[in-house]
Amino acid sequence: MRYRLMTAALAATAALQLAGPAAATDLEVTHWWTSGGEAAAVAELAKAFDATGNHWVDGAIAGSGGTARPIMISRITGGDPMGATQFNHGRQAEELVQAGLMRDLTDIATKGKWTEVVRPKSLLDSCTIDGKIYCVPVNIHSWQWLWLSNAAFEKAGVPVPKNWNEYVAAAPALEKAGIIPLAVGGQPWQSSGAFDVLLAAVGGTDAFLKVYKDKDATFAAGPEVAKVFKAADDARKMAKNTNVQDWNQATNLVITGKAGGQIMGDWAQGEFQVAGQTAGKDYTCLPGLGLNEVIATGGDAFYFPLLKDADKAKAQEALAETLLDPKTQVAFNLKKGSLPVRGDVDLQAANDCMKKGLDILAKGSVMPWTDQLLSQDTQKQKEDLFSEFFAKPDMTVEEAQKRFADIVGSAD
Amino acid sequence: MSKSERPNQLFRNLNAKVASIPMILTALVVFVGGTAWTVLYSFTNSKLLPRLNFVGLDQYYRLWSTPRWLVSIENLLIYGVLSLVFSLVIGFVLAALLDQKIRFEDTFRTIFLYPFALSFIVTGLVWQWLLNPDFGIQHVVRSLGWESFSFNPLYDSSIVIYGISIAALWQGTGLIMCLMLAGLRGIDEDIWKAARVDGIPMWKTYLFIIIPMMRPVFITTLVIIASGIVKVYDLVVAQTSGGPGIASEVPAKYVYDYMFFAQNLGQGFAASTMMLLSVMIVIVPWAYLEFGGRKRV
Repeated sequence: MRYRLMTAALAATAALQLAGPAAATDLEVTHWWTSGGEAAAVAELAKAFDATGNHWVDGAIAGSGGTARPIMISRITGGDPMGATQFNHGRQAEELVQAGLMRDLTDIATKGKWTEVVRPKSLLDSCTIDGKIYCVPVNIHSWQWLWLSNAAFEKAGVPVPKNWNEYVAAAPALEKAGIIPLAVGGQPWQSSGAFDVLLAAVGGTDAFLKVYKDKDATFAAGPEVAKVFKAADDARKMAKNTNVQDWNQATNLVITGKAGGQIMGDWAQGEFQVAGQTAGKDYTCLPGLGLNEVIATGGDAFYFPLLKDADKAKAQEALAETLLDPKTQVAFNLKKGSLPVRGDVDLQAANDCMKKGLDILAKGSVMPWTDQLLSQDTQKQKEDLFSEFFAKPDMTVEEAQKRFADIVGSAD
Repeated sequence: MSKSERPNQLFRNLNAKVASIPMILTALVVFVGGTAWTVLYSFTNSKLLPRLNFVGLDQYYRLWSTPRWLVSIENLLIYGVLSLVFSLVIGFVLAALLDQKIRFEDTFRTIFLYPFALSFIVTGLVWQWLLNPDFGIQHVVRSLGWESFSFNPLYDSSIVIYGISIAALWQGTGLIMCLMLAGLRGIDEDIWKAARVDGIPMWKTYLFIIIPMMRPVFITTLVIIASGIVKVYDLVVAQTSGGPGIASEVPAKYVYDYMFFAQNLGQGFAASTMMLLSVMIVIVPWAYLEFGGRKRV
């Protein structure tokens, strides 16, 4: 009996293999987009790719990028690469490229004139290592947004602030009304990201680049960055009563008017949309905290591991082209709430906040972000420092700045 | 007994020896080999991929100047002392109470051992809810009328590690109780009778006669508890994920975070080598007591 089953199974596999070449090429794509809006956005990519005659095999990894990246990396280094994988473009996949595990896309890029269509140029620069292009950017996400609850400020009887300084001044009124002035979730990346935003807004673009790009430790210990730490100290005091962990729980405090505002990337916009709120009426967004209207060009990109299978390699090319296709770009980014990487597409359906972002992008006020400038190692050290700083009221500003300068000094 | 014949020692029980070759190989290659590899690479500056680019003790210097590692070690010490003392004391007292030929002993044993059937992740989540000020113990007591009652260990950096220890004790004490009970049952009934005839009070019998006789059980228990302490990770992840801030970080979490999130293998290896050292500090005295001691008898 068992023997017969075995034969049947063998025959079935043989038949499948025979049928193989006639069917479309399967290409597994791994990513960490699993929330409602994100999954809908991925479905757009899959639809566009399937239309090219290939087949998108979805390899979603639940959790966040922090959970997914180790799995992706061990699959690539362990000799079981997927067809394509998401990373944040920048330095996350740097070593994989240097080890020769990733596919060089320069030919496809020249054919598709990527250097002309991708905007801003820095996106493609972060995909380029030693003059060769290794990834396809698909969207732009920026961190520098302040989301404010109009209802909370109405309840406190103060006008909705137009920048960070007014916001800090309004904090006591909010507190008196029983509202948490600023919501910061307990996960380390949130406090660390909030500080980076403050550095770019209060300190300015030059200060940001001096610290994170030039890794100037003396400057990081100096008076200009001290101002930023003063602002971070304000933020810490304003956030002290937030007892939530996840970023979307913190956003939810703002949506329900329990908190005055939150410093969070433009992905928070999806939460306001799902809650049925309108930009300008129910909530206000201030890019660059209203102080320095610049957008960082972090975001997501797809990398393609080097594969031996010629059919799959061909499918990779098709996918790379599909990702940058204007139609795919529009469909994907509208669902994702991010900005497209091409300047020549039309986003009619975008809401007010997204339009603000597009305007800033069109003016060319862009800067690189930490994913592009710092290694994961430095990022982690920074997260450790700022999660401690935000959770421990008795840690002095001077001590935090000294440790920050040490991290900047040892950054690679 | 076999000494008189003395055949070739190598070929005695040949089948058993052949059968254990795979395990010996696994132990040598995976455990010893893997450990040696890790220690070797902890002296390199490997980032995402292991590379043999030696930097001496740099990773260790950095490790011991990192506040998060120091907090982790301090937490491990507090957690370790608490678990060791309380699980031994509570476990032994429970076992001694169960040993009084009480009724429904099976039922009590099941109740006490039951938490051990839950993983640390489930335990952590359960206690995260119990200790949450808005849903858990504090909320219940306040709604009973004690408005000013405050019990909020998980959001207070100075006591968060005690909140984690409570959950660990709840989970692990049942097992210790069972081990102790087995030990108590192994004591000959005649010893109790003799002690009673001599008019020795019960607590004195336990303290000065029974416990010294249970030495092997205590040593086994000690090793089980100690290895549980060193590797604590999932409980912290489930309960606080290291927070608030870095107040409840533990070494195992540092190793994982730096190897995989920070993509800095060298730093993670250095930290895990330090953990290995601490395990050795526990294992070596135990091995000495267990194996060295027997020869002297």
